[in-house]
Amino acid sequence: MHIVNTSSTSEGDWTATVPSPPPDVAIRHPRSGLRYPRNDPWYVRWMLTGTALMALTILVIVPIICVFYNALQNGVGPYWRYLAHNADTRHSILLTLAVAPTAVLLNLIFGVAAAWAIARFRFRGRTALITLIDLPFSVSPVVAGLLFVLIFGQQGYLGPWLKEHGISVLFSAPGLVLATTFVTLPFVARELIPVMEAIGADEEVAAISLGANSWQLFWKITLPNIRWGLLYGVILCNARAMGEFGAVSVLSGHIAGQTDTMPLRVEKAFQEFNLPGSFAVASVLTFLAVGTLLLKVGVEHKARRQLEEVKTRNR
Amino acid sequence: MSPTNRRILPGFRLSLGYTLLYLGVMVFIPLVACFIRAGSLSAKEFRDAVWTERSRAAYELTFAASLTAAAASVGIGLLIAWVLVRYEFPLKRFFDSLVDLPFALPTAVAGLVFTDLYVENGWLGRFLVPLGIHAAYSRLAIVLVLTFIGFPFVVRTVQPVLESIDAELEEAAAVLGATRWQTFRRILLPSILPALVTGFALAFARALGEYGSVVFVSGNLPLHTEIAPVLIVARLEEFKYAEATAIAVVLLVVSFGMLVAINLLDRWARRFDN
Repeated sequence: MHIVNTSSTSEGDWTATVPSPPPDVAIRHPRSGLRYPRNDPWYVRWMLTGTALMALTILVIVPIICVFYNALQNGVGPYWRYLAHNADTRHSILLTLAVAPTAVLLNLIFGVAAAWAIARFRFRGRTALITLIDLPFSVSPVVAGLLFVLIFGQQGYLGPWLKEHGISVLFSAPGLVLATTFVTLPFVARELIPVMEAIGADEEVAAISLGANSWQLFWKITLPNIRWGLLYGVILCNARAMGEFGAVSVLSGHIAGQTDTMPLRVEKAFQEFNLPGSFAVASVLTFLAVGTLLLKVGVEHKARRQLEEVKTRNR
Repeated sequence: MSPTNRRILPGFRLSLGYTLLYLGVMVFIPLVACFIRAGSLSAKEFRDAVWTERSRAAYELTFAASLTAAAASVGIGLLIAWVLVRYEFPLKRFFDSLVDLPFALPTAVAGLVFTDLYVENGWLGRFLVPLGIHAAYSRLAIVLVLTFIGFPFVVRTVQPVLESIDAELEEAAAVLGATRWQTFRRILLPSILPALVTGFALAFARALGEYGSVVFVSGNLPLHTEIAPVLIVARLEEFKYAEATAIAVVLLVVSFGMLVAINLLDRWARRFDN
């Protein structure tokens, strides 16, 4: 409707002479007042909404309830005992709480560096670099684990040398960190690149021309502007890192009390027909996932608002 | 953001250098090492490793299940996106954020709970098994859990496009006498098609490599319910590293193909923006 008026003004002044259409030409439904074409008949609306919510209920809500129901089936006592008084389970929780943040930190530093290079500068191979960053997403986690087995394993390229020097990567925490880092590598960078591009470099260029050094530039201008986007990326990265299964499973060796992370613990208890135990650990992971979602909703909102703010400030 | 940025803003060399180094160590070298290892096999050894009856069955199942799940994801995803964008109902924001749960839920948990729900005495299995629907330890189970993992991709790619469609387009169609169905098919569907295809490709790519959830639900019977990643793990447990690597290379080539396809699709989809 507004095609003429919104077309670029560089073509001259003639657009201004075209009278703008009446403010509201939308045809509205007499009773509901909704724009007519979007106002589907009630039975269509009800049927589609019902089916969609049913699908969400069966696929998502029922499984969540089922996890907590099964975990607490025998009461809070046994649940707590399994989580806190089983040495192997306790260790797996602590291990996950150590491995995931390490991987997130590595990918956080990488994400900031990559976003700075890609969003602020133009260079040859830039598009290829963006694709390369996405690559770990399309590699099967099992294959990711295998990649590191081929390098650090007994028959691997570095295996014999590592053994000589008494360093263990496979079947120990460094291997878990490597695999988790590989699988979650793109998260922070992917969130940050569009945010930084949308914010633009104006404030940074201004800061530099006013004499700021790189350190001040980063801490006073760049970081405050991207902080919510950064946090958003970190949350997604952390959720995936805590839940990573395939890659970690290939190179952990499944040593209880040493290299079993929480998801591996879930599998082991399941295989030992210890369903309450399996569900107890799973409930902790589900709790973390639901927490992630809640955080995500809040941060997503803040990130979007901050972007708008920075944009209007620069206008 | 002109090339002159390089003279104004600091840190180009440092940030790019670090990015390349990190990607090199974490991604590039491991991948090259894998291809070199597979290359050390003779052509016959390679073929024997990747083309056995068991591995062929695994590829077929991986491919077919991922394809079916991606198609189901498109159906469910489009429906959910449509309802979330177009209709009002109670707890809409709650349902909207629920869509992201499969992204956040560890796949092992998904596998565990889906198995428990659909076995004979599970909450849903007790209704389905008497009807002859076995949605645990079967191929159907694999499709189901892959759909769980895939549908959010479709919702999240279609939703913004559906939101951005101008009501005036539909009004014009209605004024010109189109029925609702015609408007949907001729006006709305072409606009969201690129997003639907991208969502399909993302769900499919993710399904191809999925391991954590499938290993729980499928039962992992060779020739019947064993997917390719599970076969790799089985080979590794037999210490047959060369065979595992060969199968991994096949999967890697397929996933690189998917990555290229998704990028091209994305470019194609964005062509309509301008």
